[in-house]
Amino acid sequence: MKFQGYARPDGSVGIRNLILVMAVADCSEPVARMIAEDVEGAIPITQHYGCIPGEMVANTLIGVGENPNVGAILVVGMGCEGMPAQALAGRMKKSGKPVEWISVQQLGGTRNAVKEGKRIIKDMSQKLMELKRIEFDISKLIVGVKCGGSDTTSGLAGNPAVGAFVDMFVDAGGSAIMSEPIEAVGAEEPLAKRAVNEKVRKQIYEMIGNEEKRWSVPGAQMEFMCKGNVDGGLTTIEEKSLGAIHKSGSRTIMGVLENSDRLLQKVPEGGGFYLQDGTHMEPMAMSFMAAAGAQIIIFVTGCGGTFGHAIAPLIKVTGNPATFEKMSEDMDINAGTIITGEEAIDSVGRRIFDEVMEVASGKYTRGEILGYRNFSVFRTDPRLDALLKISRYS
Amino acid sequence: MKRAIAMSSKDNVATALEDFEVGSTAKVTLPSQEVVKEIRVMEKIPFGHKLAIAEIKKGEAVIKYGEVIGHASKDIDIGKHVHIHNVKSNRMQLPDVWYRKEG
Repeated sequence: MKFQGYARPDGSVGIRNLILVMAVADCSEPVARMIAEDVEGAIPITQHYGCIPGEMVANTLIGVGENPNVGAILVVGMGCEGMPAQALAGRMKKSGKPVEWISVQQLGGTRNAVKEGKRIIKDMSQKLMELKRIEFDISKLIVGVKCGGSDTTSGLAGNPAVGAFVDMFVDAGGSAIMSEPIEAVGAEEPLAKRAVNEKVRKQIYEMIGNEEKRWSVPGAQMEFMCKGNVDGGLTTIEEKSLGAIHKSGSRTIMGVLENSDRLLQKVPEGGGFYLQDGTHMEPMAMSFMAAAGAQIIIFVTGCGGTFGHAIAPLIKVTGNPATFEKMSEDMDINAGTIITGEEAIDSVGRRIFDEVMEVASGKYTRGEILGYRNFSVFRTDPRLDALLKISRYS
Repeated sequence: MKRAIAMSSKDNVATALEDFEVGSTAKVTLPSQEVVKEIRVMEKIPFGHKLAIAEIKKGEAVIKYGEVIGHASKDIDIGKHVHIHNVKSNRMQLPDVWYRKEG
């Protein structure tokens, strides 16, 4: 199975050809946005944990920069950050792609920084435009799966259809990844049974157990399910989880990818299905999966979430026939045909497979057409982990 | 006849695939389309919500997908609505605000 993509210097393959304009923190984000404005394919991003955000955030930004959908990077710093633009740029250079950095303070203010930034990314853009799509094998593709705004149709139709796709995709040689530990609480056993070995089996329990500790601290009232979940008929986290894990299919779980201050592990070459230690919160989980190398993300929704992601196109699947009818401009795939009894789960899985291959070769998703470019990052709080005595990666 | 789906033959709840009125009958099928039961619906059940297809006593496990999704916090009769007003998680409790929202 083949697709048409962009070759990157490190051997990875992009399905988009973007220029990332990365503000080190939100203080320089307006400058990054002004630089990227009106330059085709230029995407401004930032993070909101201040300018000394910690290694987990740095790892995510660097991973997103290294994602093959990104062809070139400009890092924009104010100049006084604890995490300097120059250092971030330096760490992304090993990808072999063009990486530049600027400092607003060094360049003498906003207008000079915008002018210099625009000059740099226009040069980058010219070079990137010369690149043509060429044919690659499916083994170069990594697909992330995520659900959000779930209702009961997600567990009955949307997620099982994506699970059927994941099985077909992995069998054809592709890689897939899922990042949402809390939505596995109550579904440990069905996941652990699929672990490739005892170490991975242990890591699955450990990852889910740690997340359960963080979200059920006695005395703290945490909302880990949304109003839409409950209105849509989901009663407990176990029910939500058992529905949510359907989208991971049924193949062997090859590993649990570490995502911490120490390391953000990439999806290894060679295909197969992986779990990632991450979060259930949608845009953040998408950034984590993109940072691990995912070029496409499949998003399952019941109530109708209209997300997109800054660098990884999102294929949106709904299992709710009413949602598809009401929000067809936002939804790429209707899995509601399973609920109405018109179509089998495998048949919808096959349609998702075909859509993934087309999007990989350049077809725009609904979210891209509508201009969605969500980007946010997440970090676990090292103080909370210390207080809860959470240790990881045995 | 309106349909509800039980995801496994072990389940004691089924999910409504249409809106059910009190006194209507639900044809309960497995994912294989095999009809397992016909249930007289005792409460209004919205699309996507669950109804009991077996009697569930207070403290007993509520089963969907063949797995435990929580326990009954009250006795639940066949045909009754099964949701946060009569089921509690065995793992993580929703904040109190949800129970107030449910009224």
